Amino acid sequence: MKSIGSENKKLIVEGLWNNNPIFKQVLGICSTLAVTNLVLNTAVMCAALVFTLSLSAATVSILRSLTPRNVRMMVETLIIAFYVIIVDIVLKAYWPQMSSNLGPYVGLVITNCIVMGRCEAYGNSNPPGRAFVDGLFNALGYSFILLIIAIFRELLGMGTFLGVSMPYFGGAYWDKWIIMVMPPGAFFMLAVVVWVFKSIQGVKEDKAK
Amino acid sequence: MSLTSQMSYALVVFVSAVFTQNILLSNFLGMCPFIGVSREIKAAFGLGLAVIFVLTVTCLLNWLAYHYVLVPLGLHFFRFILFIIIIAAFVQFVEMAIDRFSPPLYQRLGVFLPLITVNCAILGACLFMIIRDYSFIVTIGYGLGSGIGWFLAIMAMAGIRQRLANERIPRGLQGPGITLIIAGLMALAFIGFAGVLQGS
Repeated sequence: MKSIGSENKKLIVEGLWNNNPIFKQVLGICSTLAVTNLVLNTAVMCAALVFTLSLSAATVSILRSLTPRNVRMMVETLIIAFYVIIVDIVLKAYWPQMSSNLGPYVGLVITNCIVMGRCEAYGNSNPPGRAFVDGLFNALGYSFILLIIAIFRELLGMGTFLGVSMPYFGGAYWDKWIIMVMPPGAFFMLAVVVWVFKSIQGVKEDKAK
Repeated sequence: MSLTSQMSYALVVFVSAVFTQNILLSNFLGMCPFIGVSREIKAAFGLGLAVIFVLTVTCLLNWLAYHYVLVPLGLHFFRFILFIIIIAAFVQFVEMAIDRFSPPLYQRLGVFLPLITVNCAILGACLFMIIRDYSFIVTIGYGLGSGIGWFLAIMAMAGIRQRLANERIPRGLQGPGITLIIAGLMALAFIGFAGVLQGS
């Protein structure tokens, strides 16, 4: 029992920090970078990703002995698409405004490399429980970085947080950095985040040696 | 809309897909191969060509499938799965055809084709064309324009990165970090094209 616990702990640390999808693997940034100009959109998008990634990794793992090797990729894609369609339908039914804000990006979770990457690298060769934990924490590691990016972009670009005007940044003294809510801002912000986190990791690795 | 006005609209959509609404620099689609394969010009060229071809044709195929199969049957929500299957099947088919008829071309493009199935630019363009309700002719302009826009961006990036290979870059920024900063500068430059299409 204890060994299972420590195995899970290892997966949690790997997903959130050591092997973080964004600053370590630099995977799957396509579909979500575009919505990071507002914190609310990012949070919904990340929730969709957490749901899809953890459940599809577990499903791939459950079906792994039944899947012939040569159609593996296709089966994985269909499993992922199944969960994404659920998210899409639920959003359209209960939150149509958000569904139209996110546009095609919900559907693009299907081709998000991190989902496919985790299913292929971990879910495919491990039991369902651990595949679920691995998927869940990779998705959470991914989400927290994107939320950091979104908070800075919305604050600097529009002076708001979750649509509420913030003191100082929302006032007349703050000249809004419009560029932050435009596409180049996303690239710069992500580059800075990658730089900061990789440097922190680098310092720790040097100490460990 | 008449045929001529559709053609001119298609041209506008084409130019905007290449420059002002570049699928990579303003919609962030196809980032993974953009960062991974832009280290040398030759590879970027091969992948770029493959994207132009696959994107244009699958957009048209998916347009036909959506408007003649899914809409009459009322199965709109099924489009993600159908699009992915069409893209995967088409890529597989092209791979087999090239291998059969032109081995030298296969040597140059072959390795890039499987990568394309999971390139979000392809699925992204197909979903955009449905959401924006483009007609068939406009879709031709949109698909071709998006492909060429992606090709231009990755070629420019590969050229810049080759020059950067011998520069000294802070350790945390090496690889993806510096690539993202360059992409940001390129996106800034492409915003400058926004004035080109005003008034149309």
